[in-house]
Amino acid sequence: MATFDRNDDSVVVVIGSGAGGGTLANELCQKGVKVVLLEAGARQSTGTFVNDEWKAFVQTAWLDKRTTSGTWRVAKDFPGLPAWICKTVGGSTVHWAGASLRFQEHEFRARTEYGNIPGAGLLDWPLTLKELEPYYAKAEDNMGVTRTHGIPGLPGNNNFKVMYHGAKRLGYKDVHTGRMAINSRPRDGRPACQQIGFCFQGCKLGAKWSTLYVEIPRAEATGNLDLRPECQALTIQHDAGGKVTGVLYADKAGAQHVQRARAVCVACNSIESSRLLLNSASSRFPGGLANSSGLVGKYYMRHMTGSVYAIFDKPVNMYRGTTMAGIVTDESANSPARGFVGGYEMETLSLGLPFMAAFLNPGAYGEPFTEALDDYTHMAGMWLVGEDMPQERNRVTLHATEKDQYGLPVPDVHFDDHPNDAAMRSHAYRQGSAVYQAAGALKAYEVPPYPSTHNLGTNRMSARPADGVCNKWGQTHDIPNLFISDGSQFTTGGAENPTLTIVTLAIRQAEHIPEEMSKRNI
Amino acid sequence: MTPHPVDRRTFLRLTGGAAAAAAMISAGVSLVSLPAEAGLWGLELKALTEHEGMTLLKAARTIFPHRTLADVYYAGVVKALDEDAQKSPDTARLLKDGVAALDKAVGVKWIDLSAGYRLATLQAQPKLLDAVKDKTVTALYNDPLVWRHFAYEGPSFEYGGYLHRGFNDLNWLPEPPEEASPKVG
Repeated sequence: MATFDRNDDSVVVVIGSGAGGGTLANELCQKGVKVVLLEAGARQSTGTFVNDEWKAFVQTAWLDKRTTSGTWRVAKDFPGLPAWICKTVGGSTVHWAGASLRFQEHEFRARTEYGNIPGAGLLDWPLTLKELEPYYAKAEDNMGVTRTHGIPGLPGNNNFKVMYHGAKRLGYKDVHTGRMAINSRPRDGRPACQQIGFCFQGCKLGAKWSTLYVEIPRAEATGNLDLRPECQALTIQHDAGGKVTGVLYADKAGAQHVQRARAVCVACNSIESSRLLLNSASSRFPGGLANSSGLVGKYYMRHMTGSVYAIFDKPVNMYRGTTMAGIVTDESANSPARGFVGGYEMETLSLGLPFMAAFLNPGAYGEPFTEALDDYTHMAGMWLVGEDMPQERNRVTLHATEKDQYGLPVPDVHFDDHPNDAAMRSHAYRQGSAVYQAAGALKAYEVPPYPSTHNLGTNRMSARPADGVCNKWGQTHDIPNLFISDGSQFTTGGAENPTLTIVTLAIRQAEHIPEEMSKRNI
Repeated sequence: MTPHPVDRRTFLRLTGGAAAAAAMISAGVSLVSLPAEAGLWGLELKALTEHEGMTLLKAARTIFPHRTLADVYYAGVVKALDEDAQKSPDTARLLKDGVAALDKAVGVKWIDLSAGYRLATLQAQPKLLDAVKDKTVTALYNDPLVWRHFAYEGPSFEYGGYLHRGFNDLNWLPEPPEEASPKVG
């Protein structure tokens, strides 16, 4: 691992070491580009991860002060926790479940496909599935996605068996153990999954792909990576010409430094990425960096989500084995006859008893609640995840008075469901419940959305500078040496879990940045 | 074994002690009769009196009335509340004043009230109810003894995962075909 001088302005600074930033840093390092990777969180390892939901949450979750507003239920039950994402080396690839699905072709042209949906700010992406396919293929290979590149699927656990049986009885066709970035066989120096469970708490085997132990060590081995854990970016600085010149950050001890840079890539997950641009406002850019459109922080998306947990008269023990153990994709197409545009996926999910108690029906108590938990071992569960409508009013803003530990305004996350989101969720709850009823469920519970794990769209990609923050390369329209490298660049959300697409875009961006450097455009 | 409650302030900050959500579900009344004060199983309280501790234990049980869970399982919640009360005078006051208010509500010691009265008087003290509820969610359900009661097996890494310990042992439904669910590699 390298150490670069803070005055070395030939380095690229990548902020955030998760799916986008960790991948981008490695790809750049492999191409000989010197990278300083700033990561706000500490470095854990497979050895320090714990099979304990609350301990792991405290170990890896992003718990800096945040506020919420809007009518979403998370704002009431978890007002300080709009998102369930990570502050640790590897970012949310430590916590993610591993589902790795490509976007569907039509999802890149949502405005054209879905038409004018009142209240939604739909826009076509400035790129196509065809353009992304080679990068998707490389991402799947890097991550070892099952059912791609000849990699066998994972064996289904008990939770999957229940979903499979109900879904097939209901007539669903495409039901299997998913495309997962979890090794079904030893591969790429990492072992096969031992069905530990606790995928959300950091995989103690390293069978699940994470930048923590895949991309980052490889980048370190090149001698081109200077990873700085526990170094939190505060603002991005620019020169009189309007190009970015470096990043002000606070180290572990709280001391503040500036790392100079040739280019800066923002990959802090959508809430912090847009907050960082807004907090970097200057006299030249009073609305924040790269914000001539006024859209930084806007069109925040979190996917339509919800869960169905059902009780059976015989044991399931859903917590044994992979957390996300299988998928039904039949509802993922756009078929407006259902009463909404876009589609959704049904994916098995389990929570341990501690988190089931916290998330089954937050705030609830009494016998209806305890009776559900009494049946914990007889429970099967699925997560419902679909495309939500981008709305301008759903946004990340700087709080007027609340400040963080560095004296900077904290982010407020505002979210209201679009009617399309509610219609889709209702449909998904009905279908999810029907799946379990078909498998013999005694009772099904509609469980509200958890704090957001899929945070998207606050720095969206657009063909025209007036419609978004960055271009098809994630390069900001306003500042050529400032890049968006995480899910915040998503123009629309699609129905699929976003990590594979974030990694894909990062691999593609890592080709563009050196080209721009060699052309002396940056 | 002791529970591993999340730092109280962290969780309360995150949850906001959501009082409103409580209204979303009607709290049922437990028909299980609670035994009279039976001591706190040697639990040494530092900030709370034994009466306060026992009242809070019954309050936790009233909020989350698991029929098959003996009182002793709720003792971990009292221990966690007592620890919080040692650290925070505000918490100590909330708990002590809350217990006093419960005892005053009908003029009989709260723990001697009927199940219906216990619930109604507790609901009339929403701050106390939320404090006990939030602590119970993070302490009761995070106690390995309680896991054992629920037959939740918890951590598996040290036992080699669930691969050879029943991850796919469900046998009351047909096996999915191999293309949907490949054999273990």
